[in-house]
Parts: sequence; structure tokens; C-alpha cells
Amino acid sequence: MAAELHVELVAADRSVWSGEATLVVARTTSGDIGIMPGHQPLLGVLESGPVTIRTSEGGTVIAAVHGGFISFADNKLSLLAEIVELADEIDVQRAERALERAKAETDAAAERRAEIRLRAVAVR
Amino acid sequence: MGAQLRVYKRRIQAVTATKKITKAMEMIAASRIVKAQRKVAASKPYATELTRAVTAVATGSNAKHPLTTEVEAPTRAAVLLVTSDRGLAGGYSSNAIKAAERLRERLASEGKEVDTYIVGRKGVAYYGFRERKVEDSWTGFTDNPAYADAKRIAAPLIAAIQKDSAEGGVDELHIVFTEFVSMMTQNAVDDRMLPLSLDEVAEESARKGEILPLFDFEPSAEDVLDALLPRYVESRIYNALLQAAASEHAARRRAMKSATDNAGDLIKSLSRLANAARQAEITQEISEIVGGASALADATAGSDK
Repeated sequence: MAAELHVELVAADRSVWSGEATLVVARTTSGDIGIMPGHQPLLGVLESGPVTIRTSEGGTVIAAVHGGFISFADNKLSLLAEIVELADEIDVQRAERALERAKAETDAAAERRAEIRLRAVAVR
Repeated sequence: MGAQLRVYKRRIQAVTATKKITKAMEMIAASRIVKAQRKVAASKPYATELTRAVTAVATGSNAKHPLTTEVEAPTRAAVLLVTSDRGLAGGYSSNAIKAAERLRERLASEGKEVDTYIVGRKGVAYYGFRERKVEDSWTGFTDNPAYADAKRIAAPLIAAIQKDSAEGGVDELHIVFTEFVSMMTQNAVDDRMLPLSLDEVAEESARKGEILPLFDFEPSAEDVLDALLPRYVESRIYNALLQAAASEHAARRRAMKSATDNAGDLIKSLSRLANAARQAEITQEISEIVGGASALADATAGSDK
């Protein structure tokens, strides 16, 4: 069996996903980073974007993360963010509507949020 | 029906109506405590992970950050007071206000000016009535706070602490809220959020027997700390708001329970009085009838002769 790392995907008000994984790819402020079991302890600032978790069962979990942190130590990876949405939870039509609305109102923050949501769905 | 009896009946009716209302409020509060407790529990993973991360950066690097270093001679402090929007919760809000007053006195005796920030209509009303200066206040969400509310509150506080105290900024950040210990116990506590006392945090993790690994920081320890600390403050405020909400519901439930009990006692003693009044009325009526009958009997007996 391949080595595993334990992943906790945590939002401010709930625990979104937790389980074993073989690879986690996330975007930090200095570029994309892939973490595999046995990585050296790391603490980084996340950019808004999709996070890809390859679970040990062979599946893939994708989540849209809006800012936050990544910390890895003792084969335990924590992804912290104020808002986390699993790709499966995202309603594409709603996200598209939100994007259009944000564009119409030139709300840059909302537009970015909607875009990230759509990107996470696209990866799925 | 006699006048006395009517008065008692009316009072019993009034108290019964009040009892129904307080009973309903008690049950609503009871169901909300559970919900609020669940929210506190749900916010825990984020808070613990964040605290761990802050500890890791602060202890694992030599980064000096304004938010973790204590100023030599602090001159101003910000106090965030968490009260409720609505009353009928016993001493909940006034206990928090009292705790804030004590903290204020302590800070003043240490030679610090105090800027007050308030959450909840009750605290705003208290300070408004006394015409005290309030830097900023927020209302309308104390019974069910969201993370966005905590963010809104944290923004001006973080801005204030990042400013120099000579320019109207603050050196310290305190929070006064009601800690939820259990269903029966809630304590108004004050807590210093910033500057972070690292010894305390390190002690806590040492007690758990956790050895912090040497982290690799991405992009750098300073940048991570810069990004972490505002989130840390937000998360602390969010946690305080959630605990305060749970405490508020618990306090309201207790207050409403004692109000319901009192109404029950009142109804009992009033119906005793009403029974006595009715009995007295009946006794009087009987004695009047008997007296009348015997007077009549006496009169007819006299006319017979």
C-alpha cells in the first residue's frame, strides 16, 4: 500500500472534508505546490483557487478555497480557509449567475469568488 | 359573584397568560442553546488548527511582528464588549458590562486610555445613556452570529492596532464576553487577544505534549504571520461571539424558567385566595338565608299567637 497522509479540510464554521490521501495540490502565494506523504513540515499562505486531493481509494476531491493556509507536519495536512466549497456542492448554474451579476455590478471580490467556483467545477 | 372574587379571577387570568409566554420563550431558548453549542463545536477545528499554526510560526521563527511584540509603555487599549441585542435574559448583559467596567478600571489604573467597541444593543444602550464615547458598535446578530459578522468586527480593530498609538491607534486588544462553561454556568470573562502572549500559547501546547516541528515557511515567516494574525483575531472574535450566543440563550432559558416557576406559584396562591373568597361568600349567603328564614319563622310564630 502506498504511503498516505491525513488531510483535514476545514472552513471557519465547519469541517468540510477529512480523510487519507496520497497527493494534495494547492496554490500558494508563490506557486502551485504538491504535497505527498513525508513532505517536510510546511506552513504556507494559500491563494484563492481549487485544491485537488487524491484520496487513497483512488478518487479525487476538488474544493474551491477562498484564501487561507496550508500546514503540514507529522504526515498531517491541514487546509484552513474562511470559505471552502467542495466541487460536488457547487451549483454551476448558480455560480454562473453569480459571476454574471458580479460582472454587472463590477464587484471584483464576488467575481473572483464565482470564477474560482467555476474553475473548481471545471477541473472536476 | 363578589367583587373580591372577581379581582382574583382576573389576576389569575393575567398571570396564566404571562406564564404561557415565558414558558414558550424558555422552550425556544432551550432549543437554541443546542444549536448554538453545535456551532461552537463546529468552529473548533478551524480555531485549534489556526492556533497551532500561529504558535508554530511565532515560536519556530525569530520573526518580530507588531502583533506579537509588547510595546514598552502601552498607552491605549481597545476593549471589545459582547452583549446581547435583546433583554429578558436575566443578568446576562449586565454581567458582561460589569466585567468590562472592571477591566476598564484596571487598564486605567495602569495608565492606559480605553477605546470601547460594542456588540449588541444592550451594551450600546448602556453606553449611550451614560453618554460615553463608543468607537464603533454592531447590532442585530448576537443570537446567531455568522463568520462574516466576526470579520466585520475584526476589520476596524486590526486597523486600530496596526496604527501607531500616537496617531490614534491602540497597543492592546481586549475582549469581554460571556464564556459558556455548561448549561448552568456562564462566566463573563475578559481576555487579551493582542499582543499575543506567546509564553501562554507555548505553555498550552507543551502541556499537551506536542513538539512543534521545524516548519518551512511559504513564502516567508513574516508573510505567513502577516496573513495569519488577522485571521487569528477573526477566529477568536467568532468563537467569542458563538460562546456569547450560547450563553445568552442559556441565561434566557434560566431567567424564563424562574419566571414560569414564579408565575406558577403566584397562580397557586391566588387560586387559594380566590377559593377562600368564594367560600366566605357562600358562608355569608347561607348565614343570610338562615338568618332571614329564622327571622321569618319568628315573625309568623308571633302572629299565630
